[in-house]
This record gives sequence, structure tokens and C-alpha cells, in this order.
Amino acid sequence: MSQLTVNGIRVDDTFAEAFGMRATALTITAHSAVWAHQAAVTMTGFATSVIGCGCEAGIDRSLNPDETPDGRPGVRVLLFAVSTSELQKQLQNRVGQCVLTSPGSACYAGLEADEELKLGNALRFFGDGWQVSKRLGDKRYWRIPVMDGEFVCSATTGLSKTAVGGGNIIVMGASAETTLAATVHAVEAIAAVPDVIVPFPGGIARSGSKVGSKYKGVVASTNDAYCPTLKGSGRSALDSDIASVLEIVIDGLTSTAVAAAMRAGVRAILMLGPERGALRIGAGNYGGKLGPHHYHLKDLLP
Amino acid sequence: MSALTFTLREAPLQRVDLAALTPDRLLGLSESKIAASELQTTRVRLCAGDLFKIRMGDAMQIRFEGGHERFDRVGAGMTKGEINIAGDVGIQAGRLMQGGRLTIGGNAGPWSASGMKAGTVAISGHAGERIGGPLAGETVGMRGGVVVVRGDAGARAGDRMRRGLIIVEGKAGIYAGSRMIAGTLVVRGRTGSLPGYLMSRGTIFAMNGSDVVSPTFADSGVHELVAHTLLASYIQPYSSEVAAMLRRPWRRLIGDMAVIGKGEIFCPAPN
Repeated sequence: MSQLTVNGIRVDDTFAEAFGMRATALTITAHSAVWAHQAAVTMTGFATSVIGCGCEAGIDRSLNPDETPDGRPGVRVLLFAVSTSELQKQLQNRVGQCVLTSPGSACYAGLEADEELKLGNALRFFGDGWQVSKRLGDKRYWRIPVMDGEFVCSATTGLSKTAVGGGNIIVMGASAETTLAATVHAVEAIAAVPDVIVPFPGGIARSGSKVGSKYKGVVASTNDAYCPTLKGSGRSALDSDIASVLEIVIDGLTSTAVAAAMRAGVRAILMLGPERGALRIGAGNYGGKLGPHHYHLKDLLP
Repeated sequence: MSALTFTLREAPLQRVDLAALTPDRLLGLSESKIAASELQTTRVRLCAGDLFKIRMGDAMQIRFEGGHERFDRVGAGMTKGEINIAGDVGIQAGRLMQGGRLTIGGNAGPWSASGMKAGTVAISGHAGERIGGPLAGETVGMRGGVVVVRGDAGARAGDRMRRGLIIVEGKAGIYAGSRMIAGTLVVRGRTGSLPGYLMSRGTIFAMNGSDVVSPTFADSGVHELVAHTLLASYIQPYSSEVAAMLRRPWRRLIGDMAVIGKGEIFCPAPN
């Protein structure tokens, strides 16, 4: 594979291949930023990959009180799924089990769109007849009595059909320590980009996967070409100086947002340099035949 | 472009129906056609040109220079644009409004905003009884939109209200929010006896208390609710003082238990 070298780091001449997804956004508030964050973290738990979790979800950013509908501290959360019906199911279950249950929480639409998903309209039945609908202008809310007062929830939230999932950066380094340092640095840079999430633990996946397996019924398996312990097996894509590989997967509400996040991540890794960080950057794709969104690394260089 | 202006020549000798003079009905009409609009409510013919001096302008902004308590149905059924009337109006101002903004500089008679569906009605003076309420034989009153009364409101404000928001910055008469189906009625001043009489659902704020509350309302304690902050944010552009008052704990009474009892009256928390 041909490569460029920027600031002593090799950059593969390749691209990340991403897919169209359905997405929505929520604003979760609570009495304090701590509890708003707690509700958001709980709701976005076990949501690293649509392969096994049904959706990919994460925190976009924290919100100041003057940015939320009820003037309390909040968190903006994004959810992505492969179909509208799955997104609706995940939204309803996760808000119902993780936000409704969290002390002092409220949950509002975080995205305005022509098409909508049920939010409070699905959860209101928990009120067992005591729920109250309140329409203020063009916005409708449900007030559901709960044991610490009321859970207030928007009736609906917007649905995006132009979201993108699967933007990625593969970070390769000489040791686990330097590779992790470079990847964390990139994740921190991506956190400043709006409308994107990095759904894996801490934004980082160490078990990147390829499509399919030698075993029947297994839809994804280890990305053996990037496993350092399999160097020399004949299918490895790693050089002799690479001892550790990590991946950042990026989902965004728009293709532009994904590109901006990848650009921020790549820049952060390159600026850190090879001594303290990565030796090489790559990206995952399927030959360009499956996903309509291609993000070429050479186009994302600073 | 300046507003299409109607200047009152002299007080009308009969009640007049001004429903014909709304932006959507006058848009694109010539001055002669506007002047020929019939306004009479008796057998004596009275046209707009007889009652008003007309100055042509943007029909989406209508201005009445001079009002009268015989001006009935001002802005009735309007769907868009603005009407600004510098004076009093009679009955049913803004009845069945579906959009736009009606601003009344003086007092309004009974049944203002009756059955209103959308838009905004602002009354600088006092409003008569049954603001937002249904006419005889109708089952539902106000169905949407916002009404702001800077002065007092008469009896049965928000009668059979189904949706929308009424803000009364002054006092409200007896039976405020009677038979409410849903929606929100906020009274900043004192509320007359028996607010929420036979209300099934909906929200009433009696911010300065009420003379007599029906025993068919149950006390559910003092609460500081998130829903109040949402309401405050929504009300802020219409009445900043009322909005500020909403952001505090309120005593919640639920009722009317004489019917299904799923309405609520918020009144001051005891000291």
C-alpha cells in the first residue's frame, strides 16, 4: 500500500468506508450535570455496535443550562441504527429503562426534522392514566407522575435518514502505550466536533472486525490483518515495527460531521508525532463497494 | 408599506360585525370593494366606507384608529396577518381565529377568542366574561393559540377550554376555567370563587389565590416542577412577570373530583 509521511507518521493511501444510518438526538437534563450525565451514560451503555447492540449511541456534548429547554444542566445524546423500526425500539427501551428511571431527569427532542420518532408518545403509558399532555406552541410534552415528582418528556423527537455510521481511523504504533496515547489524543479532539459520537469504550475499539467468519452464522470476526500477533501469517497488513493497533469508529448526523471528526482525529495524531504516539494511520473499508460514503485519508490531512 | 388603516368617522348607531375586515379577506381587494364591505347587524345597511375613512396600505397589517364597544367580531376567523385596534371592541373578538395576531388597545367584550384555534390575541384592557369560551350549544371552547389580557377577565374565563394558553395579568371572575377539558389558564391576580368548577383536565394557575376553592379539589402538596419552567419559558415573550412567578414552588390541588378529577389548580404555597 502506498503511503505518505507527515510529521514522521506514515499515512496509508486508503479510505474509510461508511454507511447511511437512521439517527436521532435527545437532550437529557437533571437537577445537576452529574445526574444528567449519569442518565446519559446509562442510556448509551451497551451501544457500541449495531452488530450486537441494536444501536450505536453516545454523548455528543454537555449542555449548559441556557442551552436546555428547562434551564437545567444537560447532555446531548445521539443514537444510530440501521432501520427506523430498530431505532424506535432502541429509543423507547433505552429512554424508558435508563432515563425515565434516573432521579430528576427530563428528556427532550434533540433534533428537529420532518419525520419523527415517538418519545413521550410511547412512554406516556407508564403514567397509567395519570399522565398529562401539555402543548406549548408547536411543541408537545408529556408529564408522567413518578416517585420523585414528574418525568417530563417531549412527545416526539426528530428522525434523520441522512446520518452516517462507520467513519473510522486505524491507529498503529510501536507499543500498546504509545498507540493508546495517540488514540486518546484523537478521541479528545473529536469530542469538540458537534453532531458526532465515538460509540466504543472511551471512543476506542481494540477489537476491530471484518465482515464474516469461517464459522457459519458469525456475521463479524476479528480483523486478523491488523492483529499484531498474526504478523507473518500471510494476511497481515502490519509492518514489522507495529506492535499495537486501535480503531476509532465515528457516527455522525451528517457526512460533513463525520469528515470533520476524522479530520480532527487525524490531525491530533499527526501533531502528537511518532515518538509519543502512532507510527502509522490507516482506515477500514470493504473495497468501496458496500458503503456510499468514502473518506480518503489524504483528503483529511492538515 | 404602511398598514391598511380604518379611521372611525363617528360612533356607530348599531352593533357592527367587523369579521369582514380581516387580512385574509381584504388581501387583493380595491379600495372601493373594501369600502363596500357590509358591516350592519340590523336592517339598516352600513358599509365600511360609511363608518371609516379608509387609507389603503398593506392588507396584512390592518389598523383601526378608534374603537367602540359596538365593534363585534373583530378579527373573527382570521388566519394570518395582524389587526391592531386602538380602542375598545365588543363581543367575540378573535372568535374562531386560526392564525395571525389581534391586538386590542382597550377593553374587549364577552366571548373574546371564543373557540379560537391558533394565533395570538392581546388585550390591553379588561376582557368580558367567557373569554375563550364556547357559544351556547357548542361543546368546546378555545382549541389553541395564546390570549393575553393585561387587565381583568370576567366570569368563566377559559370555559370548556380544550387547548392553548390564556394569561390574565389582572383578576379573574368567578368560575375561572370552568368545565376545562385541557389547556392552561394563568391568572396573576386574585381569582374569583370556584375556579376549575367541573374541570376534567387542564391546568389553572391562581397565582394570587382564590376567594373560595371547591371542596371537590384535593390538596396534593407543594411542588417545584420542571413543567413550570417549560411553561415559564414559553410565557416569557408574552408576560415576563408571570413567567418569573412560575419559577417557584406551587401548591397543587387536583380535581374537580365531581367529574374525573384530572385537572389541577396551582395556588400559592403556604408560608
